[in-house]
Amino acid sequence: MRVLAISGSLRRDSYNTKLLRAAEELLPPTVEVEYFEELESVPPYNEDRDTDEAPLGAAYLRDRIAAADALLIATPEYNASIPGQLKNAVDWASRPVRAGVLWGRPVVVVGASTGMYGAVWAQAELRKSLSVAGARVVDAEVVVGRAHQRFDEEGRLVDQEMRDELTEALGALMAEASTRLIAA
Amino acid sequence: MSITEATTTVPAGTWKADPIHSSLGFAVRHMGVTPFRGGFGDFQAALVDRRLSGTARVESISTEDETLTGHLLSPDFFDAERHPELRFDSAEIRRDGDDVTVVGELTLKGATRPVELHGTISGPVSDPYGGSRIGLTLEATIDRTQFGIDWNTELPSGGTMLSDEVALTAELELAKAA
Repeated sequence: MRVLAISGSLRRDSYNTKLLRAAEELLPPTVEVEYFEELESVPPYNEDRDTDEAPLGAAYLRDRIAAADALLIATPEYNASIPGQLKNAVDWASRPVRAGVLWGRPVVVVGASTGMYGAVWAQAELRKSLSVAGARVVDAEVVVGRAHQRFDEEGRLVDQEMRDELTEALGALMAEASTRLIAA
Repeated sequence: MSITEATTTVPAGTWKADPIHSSLGFAVRHMGVTPFRGGFGDFQAALVDRRLSGTARVESISTEDETLTGHLLSPDFFDAERHPELRFDSAEIRRDGDDVTVVGELTLKGATRPVELHGTISGPVSDPYGGSRIGLTLEATIDRTQFGIDWNTELPSGGTMLSDEVALTAELELAKAA
């Protein structure tokens, strides 16, 4: 089982990236987690450039998603919504319609923010976009509010309640991915 | 067949829907103001010994927009990957003059629920090819949420984008099997 982990934050010390690391720790050892670290290299979506020779950054994104059995996406919230770079990645990955790499692929969305609300709006918007793109978005939510208080100095998620929520969400993702693998 | 029988039962035997001259559609109220209509292009239906049954391939759903078609096929709506077919099977059709009532079970997105269709029957007529045809025009209203198709979004002015009630229509031209 291969999981592609995508952090919607480009910041080096991102809490969302730390949340992905916590998820890796909580996943069974048989699950291989790959971090997509090239989000900044994906150019803005342009249908004129969405040809057989798509821009390298977009082609790499599609390639890594296609190689994954499931996606784990952690999003911050910018101005009450999805960060542009993350939404842009969804747009590239959603095309062509019904044949894009998101089609039918299990995804779980989690999120962290230093505010009280744990990026709930961005998470909801992201689930909506992914669903419209045909991804199999699992019905689970991990809302890490006040993120600066939930990780220790080594960047480990130390809040047990959050760890339990994350474990549950990952379980739902694994169940969806397994169903899909069995059906394939 | 007596005159009474002819107006209280539908014809016996096997009749198959002519796909070119039949249609299977749905309508759902959109934004609370307009019925949005679509249909399934690939379906089969047959009337066998006064029982109607049919299947449709979910992937054959047609709309004017490929993104919308994609969304309808996704897990938000029909989940065509896991539930590629919808199916209807009826008990014996009840007839009163030209009016018919078809009680049966609809299987959609893995859920099977009772559905009652109402409509009319016409014919039989002789076609130019030496065969015989009847027409069935049927309608039913279902609650899509009972089949797990519950996607919706709230409107700024209140209410939701899509109604839970969906009107289903089948217009079947059935040719008698030789």
